[in-house]
Parts: sequence; C-alpha cells; structure tokens
Amino acid sequence: MDRVPVLKIGDILLVSIQVDMDDNTALALQDTLTERIVETSAHGVIIDITALDIVDSFIGRMLSTIASVSRVLDAETVVVGMRPAVAITLVELGLSLTGVRTALNVERAMELLELSRPARASSLSVVGDGLDVFDDDSPVA
Amino acid sequence: MYPAAAPQQVNLVPIVRDDDVVRVRQAVRTAALAAKLSLVDQTKLVTAASELARNTLIYGGGGRAEIEQADNGRKRGVRVVFADEGPGIADLELAMTDGYTSGNGMGLGLSGARRLVDEFDIDTAAGRGTRITVTKWAR
Amino acid sequence: MTDMSTAGARIAGLLHERHDEIVRQWADAVTYAAKGRLTVAEVQSQVSEMYGALAKLVDSGSRDLQVPEAAELRAVLAELSRSRARRGFSPSETSIAVLALKDAVQSQVDTSDAGLLASFLWFSRLVDEFALFTFETYSRAREELIVEQGEQMMELSTPVIKLWDGVVGVPLVGTLDSARAQVVMEKLLQTLVDTGSAYAIIDITGVPAVDTQVAQHVLKTVMAARLMGAECVISGIRPQIAQTVVSLGIEFGDIVTKASLADALVHTLRRSGIELVRRAQRGEA
Repeated sequence: MDRVPVLKIGDILLVSIQVDMDDNTALALQDTLTERIVETSAHGVIIDITALDIVDSFIGRMLSTIASVSRVLDAETVVVGMRPAVAITLVELGLSLTGVRTALNVERAMELLELSRPARASSLSVVGDGLDVFDDDSPVA
Repeated sequence: MYPAAAPQQVNLVPIVRDDDVVRVRQAVRTAALAAKLSLVDQTKLVTAASELARNTLIYGGGGRAEIEQADNGRKRGVRVVFADEGPGIADLELAMTDGYTSGNGMGLGLSGARRLVDEFDIDTAAGRGTRITVTKWAR
Repeated sequence: MTDMSTAGARIAGLLHERHDEIVRQWADAVTYAAKGRLTVAEVQSQVSEMYGALAKLVDSGSRDLQVPEAAELRAVLAELSRSRARRGFSPSETSIAVLALKDAVQSQVDTSDAGLLASFLWFSRLVDEFALFTFETYSRAREELIVEQGEQMMELSTPVIKLWDGVVGVPLVGTLDSARAQVVMEKLLQTLVDTGSAYAIIDITGVPAVDTQVAQHVLKTVMAARLMGAECVISGIRPQIAQTVVSLGIEFGDIVTKASLADALVHTLRRSGIELVRRAQRGEA
C-alpha cells in the first residue's frame, strides 16, 4: 500500500497527494494526519491535490473528515490545487466538501492560514473571509 | 473513414479487492482517452466509474467491470458495465435518492454517478445481483 | 463468384490496355466539372492516383470496398472528398469526379462485344459504390467543418481577460446556450489556474435573457471556482434578468452580485486588500 508523506513546515503540515489512492490509502492518510497534528501541535494543514485527476465521494469524504477533525484539534485545513475538471465534476456529483477551505495554490493557502492566526487566538470564529466552501444549503444541489 | 470491421473489444476488470477500484479507474480513463472524450467528460466518467466500482465491491460483494468503446453511428463514447452476483437492490427508488446510504459513503454513489453520465441503466432485484450500464458520449 | 471474376478480368484487361486514353478523358471531364478551381496538373495527379488504386482492386477481382486490397483506394477517395469538401465543392461536383470514370471507360467499350458489355455493367456498379463512398466521406468532412467552425466561434465569443493582478473577467455577450455556457465555465476555471487569480468577475450586461439552464451553469461555475479556492462575482444583471431569476425560483444564495463591472472590480480589489484613493487635485482645498 502506498503511503502519502506528510511534511512539516513551521507549524503547518503539508501533504501532497501524488498517487491514485485506493480507499485504504486514503483512510491511512486520514489517521496519519490526525496523529501528526496532535504530535506537532500544528496550526494548519495544507492538502495539495494538484496531482489528483479525480476526486470521488470517498476522497471527498476524507477531505471533509480531515477538515473537521483538524478543527477539533485547533488546526485549520486548506485544500489546494483542485483541477477545473475535478471541480466541475464534484459540483455535478453533488459533493460540497462542507467545512473545507480551499485555495488556488500552496502559497495562497499559507497566506490564508497566516490571516486566520490572530483570529484563532482571540475568538472561536474564523469564518468571514469568504473563502469558505459553500455549505449543504447552497443553491444548486 | 469507412466503419472498420474490427471486433468490439471488451476490457474485463475484476473487482475483488480494494485496489481493483483504482484499476477500474485507470482502465476507464484509457478507454475515455481512446474515445476522444473531452477532459471534463473523461473526469466525469472516471469519477462515476469509481463510485460504481466501489458499490460493486462493497454492496455486491465483488464482481467485474466490462469496459468497451461505444458507437451509435453519430458519436463515439465509452460504455461500462458493472456486474455483481450480490444481494441486489430491493428498493431501487430509495437507493437512487440523494443522500441515501446503506454503507459508510456519502450516499451519492448511485444518484451522483447517474448525473455524471449520459446514459444510466440499472437491472437489479433482491437476490438476483446488480447490473449497471453507463455510457458517456463524446461531445 | 466465378462469373464475377471473369467479368472483372475482362474490364481489368481493358483498364490496362486503354490506360492512357481513359485517364486523359477522365481527367478532361473532371477538369471541366471543376470550373477552373483546380489546375490541370492537380486533376491529372488525382486521377492517375485513383486510377492506379482502382486498377489494383479490379485486378483482384473484388467488387467490395471493405476488403484489404481496397484500402489504398479508400484512402485516395477519402482524401479527394475531404479536400473538396473543405475547398467548397458541392456534393455533386465531388461525386462527378468519380462518376466521370464511367463515361471514360464506356467510350472505350466495343458495344458489339456482349461479354465486354456485361463486364462493363459490373464495373459500372463498382464505380457507383465508389461514388457513394465519396459522398459519405464528403458529408462527414462537411459536418466536421461545421463543428470546427462552431467551436471557433465559441472560442471567439468568450474571451477571458485579466482585469487586475489576480482578477480575471468574462464579459458575456449575446445569447447563452447550454453548450456555450459550458465552454465559458471551463475556460474561466482554467484561466484561474493558469494566472493564479483568486477572483473572477462574470459580467452579463450583454446577455439579453437567461433561462434556468444557463442560470444553473453560472451557479455551478461559481461553486466549482470556490472548490478551487477562487471567488466569483456576477455583475451587470439587468432588471428583466433579475426578475426572471426570481420568478424561476433560482437562489443566488451567498453569491456576490454587483450592478456594474466597475463595482465588481472595486469589490474584488478591496477583498484582495487594495484600497483605491483619489489623489488630491492641485488647486482643491
């Protein structure tokens, strides 16, 4: 089974998914990441999916779960590099990636995490910069 | 060109283990490229195939995917059949509902896959296995 | 089968014997039909190429375009009809290029020779089949041409432009059908990736009407862009369109809409941290 490496840059964990993951690999990544967030007390997680040519409901669920779990552990997750064709397909599939923040590339994700740092320190809410992915009650189902 | 008299090749991929789903995805991608589907249509078909192959594995207890080139005289495309000898689906209408799931997915497998393809045909009954045929045409 | 091959043999002999005369006559007829759009040399080379491939097929005694021996002839005929379709020849002008061969051969047939006449009939049906094949390739080539031009038109009608560093815009003009909306969507999203722009403005000032499908496409684009980490603003919604959208029951939800492209640009600039300040004019207080 392929393992996806998790890199640590400062207090940010960076995961770049390079393989066509089967479901077990995806679940293993979910576990590894959770452990590493606790281990490193990371403040942010960046998942780079530039190399993925599809995201199906299983991977979608993995991304949502990672985002929720990391939030519980006080880390913000940003998914970056989703290809246009993948995004179009996800919308058609009806997958909204609830609670997952997104950015065009790793650099922007870093900026985003940097911006949310003071907010995190002072208040519980970090919503409001408009880059959150739409919720379940978004207009198109 | 004049229609070639080449025999229709069916690529049969068994779905028994977890990583077979990955193999189905790759085989469908190759077929979609050969049929000259646009990048977005390739992505939609491969995603649908991934959902359906996983269904075959989890709910059908394993089975197979049959991948072939389709040609309706006007357009080219790819047809994929997912077949299993599992328990079948008793309440099809319920299974096709968005958000319905009997497993641990997001409940988008069947209904979502149907939205991603041009033709979707399902043949199932309780105790008789399931056979789902999907087709995506090149635009 | 036997009489077929004998029939083929008689005409095959004639095709070899009278090669020069037939090719000359055939080329003349084709040149005439081309009404000066093809040079004599062009026609000569086309005709001799066809003739060579055809003679080979007739030699084999086959009257079927599907057999492997006919591959060369199929290729030659397909090339001829395709190039003519692209150069604007009419279907009949194209099939005449093949059918004229009949007259050329007939003029060499000794009408008192019943065997040869029967053989010619056999050959004539063969040429008819070629003509049909030519016609089919011709119409397919024309269809391809139409599709190609349609795509070109769509490309032209949906420019994605850079408005500012990190802001791209699509000014939509004219009627939006589902196919075009889809092209716009894909192109816009790709541009976001290519330019690393986090903001996109879809301006629909020039769109006379929207229906449910088009509105859905726009909404899906906005959602796809969000998944990629970019934000879309829709500008230029005209009063009638706003009313249609409401009466169709389409929810724009939390999508940002602005009255004009200018407002939308100011909005996106502000969001990316840029403040626009008017410089104090000289002479003003």
